[in-house]
Amino acid sequence: MNYFDIIFYLFAIITVVSAFIVVTTRNIVYSAYSLLLTLFGISGIYVLLGADFLAVVQIMVYVGGILILLLFGVMLTNKITSVDIRTGTIHLLPAAVGSGILLGILWAVMTWTDWKTYDTQIPSTTIFGLGKILITNYVLIFELLALLLLIALIGAASIARREETEENN
Amino acid sequence: MYQALYNLTSNTIISTLIVALVPLTLILLYALFAIWLERKVSAHMQDRLGPMRTGWHGWLQTIADMIKMIQKEDTIAADADKKLFNIAPVLVFAGSFAAFAAIPFSSAIIGSEIEVGLFYIIAISSLVVAGILMAGWSSNNKYSLLGAMRSAAQIVSYEIPTALVVLTMVMYTGTLSLDKISQQQTAYFWNWNLFGGPEFGLAKFILIPFMLVAFIIMFISTLAEVNRTPFDIPEAESELVAGYFTEYSGMKWGMFMLSEYANMFAVSSIVSILFLGGYQSPFGYLGNTLGIEWLVPIEQLFWFVSKTLFFVFVQMWLRWTLPRLRVDQLMTVCWKYLIPYAVANLIIVGIVTLL
Repeated sequence: MNYFDIIFYLFAIITVVSAFIVVTTRNIVYSAYSLLLTLFGISGIYVLLGADFLAVVQIMVYVGGILILLLFGVMLTNKITSVDIRTGTIHLLPAAVGSGILLGILWAVMTWTDWKTYDTQIPSTTIFGLGKILITNYVLIFELLALLLLIALIGAASIARREETEENN
Repeated sequence: MYQALYNLTSNTIISTLIVALVPLTLILLYALFAIWLERKVSAHMQDRLGPMRTGWHGWLQTIADMIKMIQKEDTIAADADKKLFNIAPVLVFAGSFAAFAAIPFSSAIIGSEIEVGLFYIIAISSLVVAGILMAGWSSNNKYSLLGAMRSAAQIVSYEIPTALVVLTMVMYTGTLSLDKISQQQTAYFWNWNLFGGPEFGLAKFILIPFMLVAFIIMFISTLAEVNRTPFDIPEAESELVAGYFTEYSGMKWGMFMLSEYANMFAVSSIVSILFLGGYQSPFGYLGNTLGIEWLVPIEQLFWFVSKTLFFVFVQMWLRWTLPRLRVDQLMTVCWKYLIPYAVANLIIVGIVTLL
């Protein structure tokens, strides 16, 4: 077991434990901050796998964007933190069956897939390759995603604007 | 730096620890100096003397204050959320400290030579926002919560013009690595990105005004990101006591203060790396002229620290000169002026670079 193994298990424990807290805690703010730790742990594992760009994007998008907005929403909403967010009825059996099937599928895919293994060194950076592929092989998907984001942005702006005019009336 | 230390000690753990300790030491030393400087700058701007009694012109004042701070009682409000209240200062400081890992202090002193350095710094500073929100919420106090909300809204909004200017510079320099950006702007000051970059030609002269615009946008938005005046509504002392760290005392308050000064240094260093050549000297190196090779990194450290401290000084200068903006003015400046100009600038610089 070398240093990297120890670091991997550290990040893995952080991820799993905080993910467990996310679903079990009664306090929605604790949940949100545990989610921060989960996302951070995953990004640490990305770094260990040599995916530096993906790791930074993970922090940028999930921690810097989505999680901050989530926290912002939670804190702006009055008294939401004292509300019990867990539902009263707990369907233990369907939940167990569902997650069991999902686990089985994932396990099967992982064991049966013929993974390609290379004996090369992990590249020091992935951004150059990633950038080239994005504007050559996957340019159509890339542009479509950009279009989708633009539509979402215009939609959000128009919804916000409509509310404003109603208030004025 | 890591590789050199690894060759010296041949132990991964020891060399990693030393690499991590260097920026921490620098931050602590710098914070001691910067807090004293802030007091002196503010005092002289208001025609006062500032701290004078501890040491020569009061230079030991910060150390005396620190000893006082360590002795202070660590109070936690009865209704505060104790766990989050205790974690928040650590998270805020961790966010600002982590940014220092990728900053090249000189060609020899870099924590990590990662290729995505610039992007990493922008991303990791979002931990500060999470920490500020945590501090504001867990204090269970309306002023703290309001301060945290304002701070988060401000930082998230002003991240957009910053990111757009950074994108402009990345397009122009073709790399995300802070070390490579510094290296490109070789030894003389007319090669700095502010003056159109190292390549001499027509494009250089066309680019100068746009680089100036980019520089001003970057400076304003980084000022807002570290919550300094005129953008300090999160801790507006006349309205909100002290904003998100109202309830904190002793060393925890000290960590917020340390983090604020560390952030000031970090954003100033990014501005100086992107536009003013980072650690490159404006007049060539004495070490190269005299043929002493080990002198060059030390000179580089000197130039880097001077440029960065200059921007820190400008931030202090502005704090004691300009009045505070209102919330709506703050958002107007960001969304109606800075972002459109930054986008236009991005497109123009892109076209010029392409041609």
